Amino acid sequence: MAGRQIRVNINGTDHQAIVEPRLSLADFLRHELGLTGTHIGCEHGVCGICNVLIDGRSMRSCLLLAVQVDGRSVETVEGLAEGEKLHPIQEAFMDEQGLQCGFCTPGFIMSLKELLDRNPNPSEDEIKDVLGGSICRCTGYAGILRAVQSAVAKMGGGRPSLLD
Amino acid sequence: MKPAPFEYAAPPTLDEALAILSENDPDEVKILAGGQSLMPLLNMRLARPELLLDLTRIDELGGISARNGGLSIGALATKRDVEDSALVRERNPLFMESTIMIGHPQIRNRGTVGGSMVQADPAAEYPAVAVALGAELVARGPGGERVIEADDFFITYLTTSLEPGEILTEVRIPDLAAGTGWSIQELARRHGDFAIVGAVAMLRLESGICVDLRVVIFGASDRARRHSEAEALLAGERPSAALFDAAGRAVGQSLEDPTDDVHASAEYRRDLARVLCVRTLTEAVERAEGSGG
Ligand SMILES: Cc1cc2nc3c(=O)[nH]c(=O)nc-3n(C[C@H](O)[C@H](O)[C@H](O)COP(=O)(O)OP(=O)(O)OC[C@H]3O[C@@H](n4cnc5c(N)ncnc54)[C@H](O)[C@@H]3O)c2cc1C
Ligand code: FES
Ligand code: FES
Repeated sequence: MAGRQIRVNINGTDHQAIVEPRLSLADFLRHELGLTGTHIGCEHGVCGICNVLIDGRSMRSCLLLAVQVDGRSVETVEGLAEGEKLHPIQEAFMDEQGLQCGFCTPGFIMSLKELLDRNPNPSEDEIKDVLGGSICRCTGYAGILRAVQSAVAKMGGGRPSLLD
Repeated sequence: MKPAPFEYAAPPTLDEALAILSENDPDEVKILAGGQSLMPLLNMRLARPELLLDLTRIDELGGISARNGGLSIGALATKRDVEDSALVRERNPLFMESTIMIGHPQIRNRGTVGGSMVQADPAAEYPAVAVALGAELVARGPGGERVIEADDFFITYLTTSLEPGEILTEVRIPDLAAGTGWSIQELARRHGDFAIVGAVAMLRLESGICVDLRVVIFGASDRARRHSEAEALLAGERPSAALFDAAGRAVGQSLEDPTDDVHASAEYRRDLARVLCVRTLTEAVERAEGSGG
């Protein structure tokens, strides 16, 4: 199969590459660019571990082809911190034990970034809708819910009461 | 879990896409929309097309607009586009409600309206709502344009009346008539999962009498189906709990060949169809009364 030239902005940097059409975005990020922060679980859309942002919208990178992001901008978990300074959502996950093994964490964080970028004060239902799109086998979700509360507060929004 | 190799085309216009379809053996081509159903099949190599024809660069297939007495939804409009549409919110709250029941935000950001119709999953919300509302599906192919009634479009499990070489271009959703009470409810293991069974009910009240009834059950058998025997029990009658129960029993009994799988037995699905029929009728009547109908 002939390779195809793509140009894509990833975390603010322009990249050009020649890719096989069947290469998934997830594999492109991990294997071609070494951005292994995006994890892969099921590779068929159900676990939500591989979520990244395409033009600001969270999507499964295992269900996208690298050729499909030609001309688009992609954000991955590597794009969040500024040097040593973590993004408030990352800090919140650390402070509230929103992670244990951390395998699922990038998928949750990227979806939550979309939510909070668009709506700094989301309702409980909106938060749960986003969290429902990823699976965590460790935390039992309570820590993740607390982390969202804390991130909302850090980022200036109101404080939803999630665990009532 | 990696797709077998394929050629890839992402033309910018519908005409070019149709030309590519006509130049190739339709059995060797797979059309790609949001990929939320097709990409898993490619990853698992359950589909191995020679050519993947990606429609997502065709702007003319997107968009949502008002069209005499209804909504025109481009086949490539995403569920996110629907969710964010003030027009849909105002004109068709049933279609809006069914959208929010689909998958998760990450799936709705990418998955298309047309893709859900063509995928024809028996447990999917959109085909059920399309059947209940009497939607029309518009296809373009070598022979030109064709308008297909929803009830003729969905054939059985994952099968529609779309011909090889045809592309679904538009879904036409009629507005809810003034005073219509509606309800869509489903039982799923988690919010966002496919329904084990779901139901849609629609009706109007004229001087307290039920008219224009629609009862659709999905997830229970090979496709979303209207249940005219239940509709007939209520038509021309004053709504009552006893009648809803009778309609629910009629639905449960008339369900043909209910699905029996790891998620639920056939008998359980039959009973769920009954229960959800009662619940949706009850809610639809409440809404019809609330609208002053
Ligand atoms: C985790 C997860 C949860 C989900 N939950 C639900 C749910 O609760 N309810 C639900 O209904 N769905 C659910 N889905 C499926 C999702 O809604 C899909 O988006 C949808 O079924 C297919 O739409 P698509 O645009 O992704 O189409 P694709 O996957 O790209 O295509 C699906 C099929 O339709 C054909 N096709 C697509 N568009 C056209 C067209 N315009 N003309 C001709 N053929 C076309 C393709 O060739 C393919 O055969 C879920 C998916 C995932 C991954
Ligand atoms: S790896 Fe993409 S959803 Fe599981
Ligand atoms: S922290 Fe281990 S899977 Fe979520």
